[in-house]
Amino acid sequence: MTQPTYTDFYTLLPYLILTVWTCVLLLVDLFIPRGRKGITAFLAALGIAVSLGYAVTQTGIESAGFSGMVTLDGFSTFANILLLASGLFGIALAYGYTKRMGIERGEYYTLLLFSLTGMMLMAQASDLIIVFLALELLSIPLYVLSAISRKLTSEESGVKYFLLGAFASGFVVYGTALIFGATGSTHLVSIFAQSASGSTSGLLLTIGAALLLVGFGFKVAAVPFHMWTPDVYQGAPTSVTAFMAAGAKIAGFVALFRVFSTAFPAIASDLTDILWALSALTMIVGNLTAISQTNIKRMLAYSAIAHAGYILMAFVPYGNEKVAPVAVAAGLFYLAAYALSNFGSWGVVIALEKAEGKGLEIEDYAGLAKKYPALAVAMTIFMLSLIGFPPTLGMVGKFYLFRSALAGGFPGLALIGVVTSLISAYYYLRVVVNMYMKEGDPEVEREPWLGFTTSITAVITVAASLVPQFLFMLAYTAVLR
Amino acid sequence: MVPVDYYVVLSAILFTIGALGVLSRRNPLIIFMSIELMLNAANLAFVAFASVYETFSGQIFVFFVIAVAAAEVAVGLALIVEIFKTKKNINIDEMNSLKG
Repeated sequence: MTQPTYTDFYTLLPYLILTVWTCVLLLVDLFIPRGRKGITAFLAALGIAVSLGYAVTQTGIESAGFSGMVTLDGFSTFANILLLASGLFGIALAYGYTKRMGIERGEYYTLLLFSLTGMMLMAQASDLIIVFLALELLSIPLYVLSAISRKLTSEESGVKYFLLGAFASGFVVYGTALIFGATGSTHLVSIFAQSASGSTSGLLLTIGAALLLVGFGFKVAAVPFHMWTPDVYQGAPTSVTAFMAAGAKIAGFVALFRVFSTAFPAIASDLTDILWALSALTMIVGNLTAISQTNIKRMLAYSAIAHAGYILMAFVPYGNEKVAPVAVAAGLFYLAAYALSNFGSWGVVIALEKAEGKGLEIEDYAGLAKKYPALAVAMTIFMLSLIGFPPTLGMVGKFYLFRSALAGGFPGLALIGVVTSLISAYYYLRVVVNMYMKEGDPEVEREPWLGFTTSITAVITVAASLVPQFLFMLAYTAVLR
Repeated sequence: MVPVDYYVVLSAILFTIGALGVLSRRNPLIIFMSIELMLNAANLAFVAFASVYETFSGQIFVFFVIAVAAAEVAVGLALIVEIFKTKKNINIDEMNSLKG
């Protein structure tokens, strides 16, 4: 039994800071009077900011800790920074919304932080045991958060998310068991070493990897594992949805990238077809179903499904050594771009939402441009970014995704991506048409943190698209090698 | 000594029964029991493989799975009780206030 060393702790530093902070915050929250839970929100944001500061200082440092169970590398640092920033946006959106909807509780912020620690652990996990624990740590608080408003719709979404999430983790555990059976190890690097040496049962390993893919597919909402997504996104409080849509998707994809490109390159020829089909189905079903939606939350939920398909598309050629780094970099870049337009557009949804679930139909956006031009411009930017239209970050991100699919030799898949993007323009632009060309009298809630979030995400979405090489080089240097 | 293949086949059967149960049952409690069956099928496979490779790591994973399953039970039952209080009914087919 070896004692943990300084390196072990340093590897997990941002995660450990946030975990300790969250546990302390759980106690401190007891002494904060009801109705002043904004203090808890500020303390939670402070914890994230401190952790974010340390995560930034770890840029460029690589190490492994706790007998190789966790890794610190450029990839995990990029993901940690992205996740922590998502946490900050998640709190900024929740601050006014929870007050307005009468669900302001201290637990909201501690649960959010616990979920965030799970996501960060997921980014650093280099052993399937840690992947599983991180998956549960990020999921269980999210189940509670979806049900936190105690209305029927919210509770229903919590139960649905819980049942399907637990179902998915069953697949992850069984997949891990089969991989362990095939290779005798749960460590990602030794799984690869065993499978590359050819001494393993290839069938067992492939089935295990496919079961893992099912589990991750649930988390990132890929078709056919997406059934929970629209209901949960619609029923959960909107601030929770925003955090869940970005955070859980980033964490799911980060785990998928790391596990597949570290442990399974040797069986890529078997898995590529499965990934191809998943990606194509996700893009087609997500975009086509989104067309018929009238509720903005459901529409954005189907759009979230479709975007999972685009990111998967870039990852299909992961077994090709030359393309794999570019594919992962494109995926990371797009996750950053998606997180920005995601928080922005959910922020606009929150601004228009009334109590009792009113103000959530796309028709409710009619006349927004005349009354609140700044908000309408911001929403237009997010919609354009989600379509992949210049000058937004979404366009650059999609360009990298398509380039990676083409470089990997999948022009058919890229074609499906382009066609479905064109289709998606129809339902995204419908929001814009409603805002600018129809008469209406929408009421908007003005909250400083909400306005801050929508404006800063809109500015970054446009500004960063003018110098995309910067962010892409960051993502590229973060890639697993 | 029972060959390890038997254990693996048994665990695959248990896992399949669990997965089918999740898909076909309409009571969340029974669905939840089916999920537990899936997790325990994985535990069985882990222990069987661990004895083949003569390593502890498979058995340690089982402990983690059991602990996490307990945490899931706590949250899951609380959610089900909560929706029962609001709705007086927990049938999955009647959880249909969200659609579109």
